[in-house]
Amino acid sequence: MADSMADAQQKLRDALLSRPTRGQVVVAALLCALGFAFAVQVQSTQEGALTAARTSDLVRILDDLGEQRERLAGETASLQATLDDLRTGAEGASAARQEARERLETLGILSGTLPAVGPGIVMTVSDPEGGVDAADLLDAVQELRDAGAEALQINDVRVVGSTSFIDSSDGIVIDGEVVAPPYLVRAIGDPGTLASALAIPGGVIEGLAESGARADVAAGTRVAITALKDLPTAEYARPA
Amino acid sequence: MIALLGLVIGVILGLVLQPTIPVALQPYLPIAVVAALDAVFGGARAYLDGIFNDRVFVISFLGNVLVAALVVFLGDQLGVGAQLSTGVVVVFSIRIFANAAAIRRHIFHG
Repeated sequence: MADSMADAQQKLRDALLSRPTRGQVVVAALLCALGFAFAVQVQSTQEGALTAARTSDLVRILDDLGEQRERLAGETASLQATLDDLRTGAEGASAARQEARERLETLGILSGTLPAVGPGIVMTVSDPEGGVDAADLLDAVQELRDAGAEALQINDVRVVGSTSFIDSSDGIVIDGEVVAPPYLVRAIGDPGTLASALAIPGGVIEGLAESGARADVAAGTRVAITALKDLPTAEYARPA
Repeated sequence: MIALLGLVIGVILGLVLQPTIPVALQPYLPIAVVAALDAVFGGARAYLDGIFNDRVFVISFLGNVLVAALVVFLGDQLGVGAQLSTGVVVVFSIRIFANAAAIRRHIFHG
């Protein structure tokens, strides 16, 4: 057996070292073709599983991909619906915010916390004799409110719902501030309505004339009311 | 020696050229490679047995490849190509193992 083993090893050595015969060249060519095919096949297998796959496998893969696509399409639809919901919600919130802001502005003008500008009238009451008292100004304010005045100011004092008119020895006190003649009454509203409301017979202007004062009404397209009033904090009242 | 050189050159050529396999040949190439491998192992065993013959090797090499390709082709026509491919690979694998065992006995156990 040892002879046979040595024999085999000798044969291997001979094969590796011997000069090529015609047969060996043919064998080498075949092995070359084998190596070539082997390398090509290995590479095509590594390149992509699909090129080497059979028709039935390809059909199965295609089916899988179709199912996957449908599933993803469903997911897309549901996500789209969620997106639409969120967008609608955002639009609703935006509209609510806009409404709240408008409401805030309206209330700010009514309560005197915001300056206001718009068409209206400016009534100048000159009072050379000092005959005008708080009641006269209050009459004027009420008449203007009746006529639809939305914002009012006398001299530098904003006139709102809680404004007080008091006669004192120093003159007329509006909301704690002494107001000296001439009295400048600004009102924002429809200029024609406001002016005619002041001018009605037996009305404000005639009343002031009786007190010895002279009232001039000027209508304007842009009357600015700049005086502000601090908003008192409600101590007891709470929204119900 | 020159045979091993041929094998190495073939592998290098395949790696360098990177040809694309024609679609028609794609199912047959792996089977052909396995069949040729079987022929090579068979040839090596025959050489160690002292009965190696160039002509026999060439015929067995080409014959293996052609028959394997034919079997797979027929299998594809019959709709059992995948199974027959597996069968061919199994058969050749067994033969390769048997030849490898014979070669091993020759070299190591004498």
